[in-house]
Amino acid sequence: MSESEKSALGLAKWYDLFSRGARDWLRHDEKVRESVREHLPQIIAGGDVINENARTVRVPVRMLEHYHFRLRRTAESQGVGQGAAKPGDVLADPSADQGSRDKGPGGQDQGEIQLLLEIKIDDIVDWLWEEMQLPNLKARVGPSQETDWIREGWDRRGARSRLDRRRSFKELVKRRGQHAGPAGFTDEDLRFRQLARRRQPAIHAVVFFLLDVSGSMSDRDRKLAKTFFFWVVQGLRREYRSLETVFVAHTTEAWEFTEPEFFQVTGTGGTVASTGLNKVREIMDERHNPGRHNIYLFYASDGDNSVGDHAEAHTALVDIAQKACYSGYVEVASGLSRQLATETGRLFAEIASQGHAAGSYVINDFDDVWGAVRHFFTAEQKAIEGPT
Amino acid sequence: MTESGAADPGPGGHTGSAGVSHSSSSGGGEWQSYVRRLEELAVRSGLAFHPVEFEAVPDTFMMEIAVYGLPVRMPHWSFGVRYIYQLIQRHMGHSRVFEVVFPGNPGHAYLAQSNGLAENVLVTAHVLGHADFSRNNMLFRRCQEQVSEHIVEHAASHARQIQQAIESYGMQRVEAVLDAALALEQHIDVDQRLRRDRYPEYLPDAKHLVDDEFRRRFEALDPTAAKNVFENRKRAPIPPHPERDLLWFVATYAPEMESWERDIFLAVREESFYFYPVFATQIMNEGWASYWHARLLREADFVPQQAYVDAIKCHSDVVRPIAAGQQVALAINPYHLGFSMWESIIETEGLESARQIMQQDDDFSFVRNHLTRELAEKLGLFRFMARTDGHIKVLDHELAALQDTVLAPKYNFGAPSVSVGHLRTDGSLELVHDHTTDGRGLDLERGRKVLEYLRAVWRRPVVLRTVDQQGSPLELSAA
Repeated sequence: MSESEKSALGLAKWYDLFSRGARDWLRHDEKVRESVREHLPQIIAGGDVINENARTVRVPVRMLEHYHFRLRRTAESQGVGQGAAKPGDVLADPSADQGSRDKGPGGQDQGEIQLLLEIKIDDIVDWLWEEMQLPNLKARVGPSQETDWIREGWDRRGARSRLDRRRSFKELVKRRGQHAGPAGFTDEDLRFRQLARRRQPAIHAVVFFLLDVSGSMSDRDRKLAKTFFFWVVQGLRREYRSLETVFVAHTTEAWEFTEPEFFQVTGTGGTVASTGLNKVREIMDERHNPGRHNIYLFYASDGDNSVGDHAEAHTALVDIAQKACYSGYVEVASGLSRQLATETGRLFAEIASQGHAAGSYVINDFDDVWGAVRHFFTAEQKAIEGPT
Repeated sequence: MTESGAADPGPGGHTGSAGVSHSSSSGGGEWQSYVRRLEELAVRSGLAFHPVEFEAVPDTFMMEIAVYGLPVRMPHWSFGVRYIYQLIQRHMGHSRVFEVVFPGNPGHAYLAQSNGLAENVLVTAHVLGHADFSRNNMLFRRCQEQVSEHIVEHAASHARQIQQAIESYGMQRVEAVLDAALALEQHIDVDQRLRRDRYPEYLPDAKHLVDDEFRRRFEALDPTAAKNVFENRKRAPIPPHPERDLLWFVATYAPEMESWERDIFLAVREESFYFYPVFATQIMNEGWASYWHARLLREADFVPQQAYVDAIKCHSDVVRPIAAGQQVALAINPYHLGFSMWESIIETEGLESARQIMQQDDDFSFVRNHLTRELAEKLGLFRFMARTDGHIKVLDHELAALQDTVLAPKYNFGAPSVSVGHLRTDGSLELVHDHTTDGRGLDLERGRKVLEYLRAVWRRPVVLRTVDQQGSPLELSAA
């Protein structure tokens, strides 16, 4: 039988069945992912990976190298070439053009290939929560009227659309086992899925992001805040089936924005924190019932608040803190290390000392973002467990 | 067969690749009828080879052979990296593998299913040239005596053995062993046998060495002292001399390796014994096969005119030294160099002495003895200096320097000369890099990484002595 006849008959050769190259490539890929995973906080701390709406993050990585003993690279190496060339001819000059360099003699370098690894944000959050041992937040369950249909058991009668074929077939097989000989389906065999109503605990959450966009907040400050907010959303989304986000920006006034607009906003002028806090309070009272929602507030600012605003901001913040599961303050202070010795820093310290669930953290750099996430989520856990 | 041969890295079968894409694939059945006639023609022309089993296989499989070097080989992630590079090369149209042949009795030749008739005729003649070479070249014969004439089957059984190890001990552990073993794959000693005995444990008995007047007087003077001196057996140092065969040494002397781990080291080593002659005779071997495919084709009057013309065109692509549209190439095409050298040898010295050279030489002696000034000039070979910033300057046409530069990357299986210096009493392993031979020290970061691989299987500290950039001694270690 010739090869073509064999393949026509479907007698595939062993090498048609799998690709060893692809198998080993997948293993390489797995190893890359492992090493990316190890360096994840550094990699994603950079603001560039974040992409609104995207559920994945793209991380540029190099291929792994399997190391061998090699001689030290020298600045100059010799090779043999072929063609029309005289001693002294310059065949390539990087100052003239970059691309024409051929492979060096005996060179093992095959040109750098960069991979763009696409990682699901959900995976990253899972990894990080494991790795950083971030406690999982427990939802505060309020009294709830919500109900949901869930599956519960089987019955012999039901709507055609709820017929469970697998289950029914099992019944048929059972019956066949008892009575020898062929037997077809009877009505006795049919099983239908049943549904029941169940009360569901409240699993809604709303997180308010309040951003100071006054003149003193630089682009970089806003980007730091954005990166922080992004991971907070991811962290909370892990816990709540439905997470609502509200974006409020303020200078001496406050406005609510949509997410894409929010991070583009720049403002000028001074800072009056109470306007922002009052806006949050207003929206909260309007739309969110603390009994049904888990409420979070995160406020990012450089900390400069006008001194005369203290009393009013305090009142607003206390009111919010009473309803919220947690209120957090990140001080984005690129270049400065004031360690929360600011007007706003004091404000949050006060309400925390009064027993409200609140905390503060300073972000100077993208590397600090993870520290902040960890800080707040650890603190949040304590706040929930503490009083109960 | 290869068109841009110099771009074809690493050890492997005699893989060939070419930049042109030939789409006709009707050649399959028709070509088979030519195989017998080409074989007869080859025998009449004085070629002597073991039977070769030809098989047409899919392009994807050809590509994998080019990556792994063997049809079935052990799994390792590093092959996955090479696979991707190969895939990219293929997509960019830089590389297509026509044929791969494995020496043995019988030899195995795999031909790409996408080859056209003309390509297959050419490739068949090429394969016969390789088969003649691998049966008669002494280096090949010596290595094949060690690894047997069934390397393809052995490699497949290694792959199976390692797969079983993965199932029993888990991917992580097996991978750690393979990381180390494959990192050292070039570090073997083909001058030793594949199956070696351990070093003698004791120094040879001194009593037999010195049995002279002095000894008799000494014994008469103080019998007890003499007994101590002459009869106490002394433990021999391990190794007794610097040992180049790192794979063997680790497999044999690692203090706490498990037997399946030693087996993996020995499996890698056996495959390296097979790869060595392929590596060390590449210029000769590819040249020889190219010479014979050209000559057999010329004499094969039974091949239709059109197929002949197509085949010759394919031949000229394969042995083309300089890419189309270029003035110079910054690497030599071993197919072209070898082909030109054999043509000139056979022209000047006759086929008989060419066959003798083919039997006795490897690339080192071949290039040194037979790359003449006239030929180098005719081929337009030149030496150049490339700086890391990309500046490239032509140096000279000096013959001895040309020969040295062609051969430089081939010494010691293309690896730095690292050997085992000493096995310390606490079980730690001391490697020594011979920097005077290599002219400079090791790449420290890579050296350290390799030591880390090795440390994981040696399970005691591992150190390596080399020199730094200034040439002062330096010790790398993984503890």
